[in-house]
Amino acid sequence: MHENDDTQRIERIYEHPRFKELVAKKTGFANFLSVIILGAYFAFILLIAFDPKLLAVPISADSPITWGMPAGVGIILLSFLLTGVYTLRANGEFDRMTKEVLDEVQQ
Amino acid sequence: MILRTLLTAALLAASSAVFAGEALTGEVQKQATNWTAIAMFVGFIIATMGITKWAASKNTSTSDYYTAGGGITGFQNGLAIAGDYMSAASFLGISALVYTSGYDGLIYSIGFLVGWPLILFIIAERLRNLGKFTFSDVASYRLGQTEIRLLSAFGSLVVVAFYLIAQMVGAGKLIQLLFGLDYMIAVILVGVLMVVYVLFGGMLATTWVQIIKAVLLLSGATFMSFMVLKYVDFDVTKMFTDAVAIHPKGAAIMGPGGLVSDPISAISLGMALMFGTAGLPHILMRFFTVSDAKEARKSVFYATGFIGYFYILTFIIGFGAILLVSTNPAFKDAAGAIIGGSNMVAIHLANAVGGNVFLGFISAVAFATILAVVAGLTLAGASAVSHDLYACVIKGGKAKEEDEMRVTKITTLALGVVAILLGIVFEKQNIAFMVGLAFSIAASCNFPVLLLSMYWKNLTTRGALFGGAIGLITAIVLTVLSPTVWVDIMGNAQAIFPYKYPALFSVTAAFVAIWFFSITDRSVAAQEARAKFIPQFVRSQTGIGASGASAH
Repeated sequence: MHENDDTQRIERIYEHPRFKELVAKKTGFANFLSVIILGAYFAFILLIAFDPKLLAVPISADSPITWGMPAGVGIILLSFLLTGVYTLRANGEFDRMTKEVLDEVQQ
Repeated sequence: MILRTLLTAALLAASSAVFAGEALTGEVQKQATNWTAIAMFVGFIIATMGITKWAASKNTSTSDYYTAGGGITGFQNGLAIAGDYMSAASFLGISALVYTSGYDGLIYSIGFLVGWPLILFIIAERLRNLGKFTFSDVASYRLGQTEIRLLSAFGSLVVVAFYLIAQMVGAGKLIQLLFGLDYMIAVILVGVLMVVYVLFGGMLATTWVQIIKAVLLLSGATFMSFMVLKYVDFDVTKMFTDAVAIHPKGAAIMGPGGLVSDPISAISLGMALMFGTAGLPHILMRFFTVSDAKEARKSVFYATGFIGYFYILTFIIGFGAILLVSTNPAFKDAAGAIIGGSNMVAIHLANAVGGNVFLGFISAVAFATILAVVAGLTLAGASAVSHDLYACVIKGGKAKEEDEMRVTKITTLALGVVAILLGIVFEKQNIAFMVGLAFSIAASCNFPVLLLSMYWKNLTTRGALFGGAIGLITAIVLTVLSPTVWVDIMGNAQAIFPYKYPALFSVTAAFVAIWFFSITDRSVAAQEARAKFIPQFVRSQTGIGASGASAH
């Protein structure tokens, strides 16, 4: 009996327009952020492999600091920032949507 | 009084292998006994033993034992993940790499960080919603229990074994250097302590050991960086200018050096680090210690922050060592080399900025760090055997809880003995490739199976089993045929596989094989697995039916 109730509930959630909206939004957002971090990291790695000199160019003529420094530290900060952005939106908006769907499909 | 005992070989040729920093290699000689460090370390042991005793009184079920009852908060878990991930060898190895090659140290640490956002975006919440104790729970959710659990338990154990050997050997050498203890005694001590934490305290004690260690390591590294910045009057430009003036490589330390050479190796390395992090069993296990997906997400956010902050600190520490250690004859031997090898620069820097007491503190923190990492590995290995192999495969999911606990405890003891023996056996071996291999296997076997089990409807048991096995074998074979093992260890003139890291090929092989053996699978079991995808998908998205926190 319980098993059956559960199966029905899951089907109703799956068909629920709000659930479809949630999945589309969440997946889209996660994919978007994944592409950013993958793109940034592999661009960085490929730059090092193909043209390492570029990252060794000083940011100004009299500075020892090279472009590689802001690029490298930037990727670390970007990682932190993106995890923060995702956590904030998922724990707020996405979890609210999830709760709405679950409340509606409650027996 | 420090005995000027010398190294017979450099501890590590910092730029020769990326993963070398994760595994202290080469021969070291015992240093004079450091009593301040030992006293501080004894303090750490007493505190953590107290926690273990407290944790033991709370451990009444398998859920308490494997997941601390799911009652850890996101912030605590973030710290614990950071404590699990920041190894002593990476603290010493990365600062040494910065010291010898400058910018390369930053490239190296970035690779270890960028896997974390990916874990959050594609793995963390689904994993938390579907699993109970191990990542195999998720991988086998709608597939054949026996086959998939065998595969993922094997994948876990292989990863744990290579990682553990690297940590044990590194621990023995490090303790020899820091405390002046005999290698054998050091390895036995680490093995015994890790068994005590895990055996009696389970996940709760392991978590708190990792949290305390993370706080100690981050505080110590913060203090060192602060002192370095104070030394240059908080002027970063001055720090870099002075370092370039002092360093034998000059301005070359401000740009990429020889760490990443050809594009194939570069991409391969990137894949191993990114996807490997997402396939490490001791890391994935940590997601079951929090109550729900919300806390799982927060865990990754905090962990990424702490780990990223730590890597920035090691970068400053490395440059600080160029300024304060390389210029100070007290830290060098008669031949002008760093006492204890370049891996010791962070330790010498601790002495330079904080005197003997702070040196003792940092040495004790380094030891505590090793313990936290090996305890996490042991727990992951023990749960793979007792939960996946014993309870789910041998007993078909019907094991009594007390029997499962008994198997866990026997396995933990056995793992302790094996770790000590392997640590002794591999003392004189070149183990620099092992952490790299652990990451490659995690990326090529655990990660593809876990990812596709959650994302791809048409995945079947046959596809996952064949694909995972092919990924695992490809990663091992290519590593053996690569320059790191075939030339450096086996002494052949020319490597059969020309690239340093196998991940690009082995991860691709795993995904292609999983795809091929799944779509050609017309069995009834395959149809059942496909039919179960929607219920699994709904659960992974909403968390209904997820195992929650047990009340304490």
